[in-house]
Amino acid sequence: MQAFIHYVQSYLTSDKTPGAAGNMFWAFVYILLIFTGLSIAVIAMNWLERKILAHMQVRLGPMRVGPHGLLQPIADAIKLLLKEDIMPAEADGLVFWMAPLIVVLAAFTVFIVVPFGPTHAVTDMNIGVLFMLGVSSLSVLGVVMAGWASNSHYPLIGALRSSAQMVSYEVAMGLAVVSVILMTSLNATGTGTLSMIGIVQAQQSQGIWFIFKFFPLGLIAFFIFAVAMVAETNRAPFDLPEAESELTAGFHTEYSGFRWSLFFLAEYSAMIAVSSIAVTLWLGGWLRPFSSLLSGSTWDLVFSLFPGITFLFLAAMCFYSTARMPKHPYFRIQTIGLAGFGIVLGLIGLVLFVTPVRDRVQDIYWFSLKVAGFMYLYIWYRGTFPRYRFDQLMKVGWKVLLPMSLGVLILTAGAGMWFSVGK
Amino acid sequence: MTPVATPFFFYLLAGIMVIGGIMVITRKNAVHSALALIVTLLAQAALYLMLYAPFVAGVQIILYAGGIMVLFLFVIMLVSIERAAKERTFNKQWLVGLAAGLALGALFIGVYEKGKVIFPGRMTAGQEGQNTQALGTMLYGQYMFPFEIASLLLLVAIIGAVVMAKKRI
Repeated sequence: MQAFIHYVQSYLTSDKTPGAAGNMFWAFVYILLIFTGLSIAVIAMNWLERKILAHMQVRLGPMRVGPHGLLQPIADAIKLLLKEDIMPAEADGLVFWMAPLIVVLAAFTVFIVVPFGPTHAVTDMNIGVLFMLGVSSLSVLGVVMAGWASNSHYPLIGALRSSAQMVSYEVAMGLAVVSVILMTSLNATGTGTLSMIGIVQAQQSQGIWFIFKFFPLGLIAFFIFAVAMVAETNRAPFDLPEAESELTAGFHTEYSGFRWSLFFLAEYSAMIAVSSIAVTLWLGGWLRPFSSLLSGSTWDLVFSLFPGITFLFLAAMCFYSTARMPKHPYFRIQTIGLAGFGIVLGLIGLVLFVTPVRDRVQDIYWFSLKVAGFMYLYIWYRGTFPRYRFDQLMKVGWKVLLPMSLGVLILTAGAGMWFSVGK
Repeated sequence: MTPVATPFFFYLLAGIMVIGGIMVITRKNAVHSALALIVTLLAQAALYLMLYAPFVAGVQIILYAGGIMVLFLFVIMLVSIERAAKERTFNKQWLVGLAAGLALGALFIGVYEKGKVIFPGRMTAGQEGQNTQALGTMLYGQYMFPFEIASLLLLVAIIGAVVMAKKRI
């Protein structure tokens, strides 16, 4: 027992990722943690998307299942699991069966290189960004297979649209990423890096997030990536592969029950994955904001209190809503439940104030907060932008984003040369 | 950290590649052939990883499995599968095929036998973190000219495709 505690402690204070330390057990724990965290994030995202969209359209959204519809995602999950699993009679069985698996695998595998902190990643690869882009580009295969195997017209058209769209936007996305890789090479040795942790460390040592580097070049590259990543994940306003007014549900029209829920899971975790690429490359990954402007131990302390304060704020929101619940006896259980949820959040918040926890967790907190910002943007886009027409989509991809990203790449290379010669 | 490059993995991946390659030419359904080709390409990427060449493996996945094969599938899906399934997959040229296959096999065996002398029996694995950098230095330093020639070739192909696809420019 003593030895076990010592073993766990030795890895809690480790300064390497489990992959670099070559520790299988700890890597497995990290994978489980990331998987659980992602599932919770997808559930939360499901609820938040409905709520926020509803409030944007002056509705209430889910209100019935649990207080403020908090249990709605769980009810949905149970409904999906109990649904009958239908396969079209003329469908290609094996391909139909494999398609959701490939999409889910591609969406989850990329998370082994996502750096939640300098040591909080399953492993750090020499080809980190390339790995993420490559594996997430495999998900288009799953989409195409799903559309073709359904042996139905709407899914086939949806799959054709999605493959054309994803291949087109991958080009602009890749070129935007390359301009960041160029920026990482502006150091004493003149060698850049593709590793996700290395890119954040380059931003740390250069003392600037790459979105502000060579203003406005970094900002434009970020903008290109931010547009392309919405198209890559088939989300509004680029959700033509599943445009419900034209193609019912696009490539997953024929899927139901558990298989459909796999597509759903993959879509949201792919959104989180591309957002975390954007956060890592341009927004400084796990670094806290204003780390060079407001530096010093006092500011470090102030910023390290943020995780706890966030949870306490959420707890306060819960208590406020508890007080505003209807006083009818019918709502008694819901009121108690909401208060209990608030207490749990508050306790988590208090634990986050403890010094060792605080030091260990703030990297993860800043990373997650930035990703959460992107998630909100996704919902916001969906609530505000009308859907593009397909020819407009292609025009934007090839005639606007691609030349822009090429120009940014050349200018970034020039600026890098100019400044390194100046030194 | 023990290396993963054990003979077991090599034979596993090589087996997957061979089976995938055979499936590519024997499946009646073109989409199934394309999927088998993707499996082969992914196994090849894993072989590159075993050779401590992660950059090449990544490029293999992103270009072949994620890019080119998607375009393949894109085109194949537009072809009527029912009609294609009725057409003969093999022309009766087994004699020529057999001769070509035997010649190629003999060539491989010859290279293997001769190569025992030329190639070293064991390569020292390069440092794991340096692969991408070494490749970059080599491509843009020592092999700059061939690299540029290759990119020029691709440029010609792109312009040719545009000229052939568009009647009015």
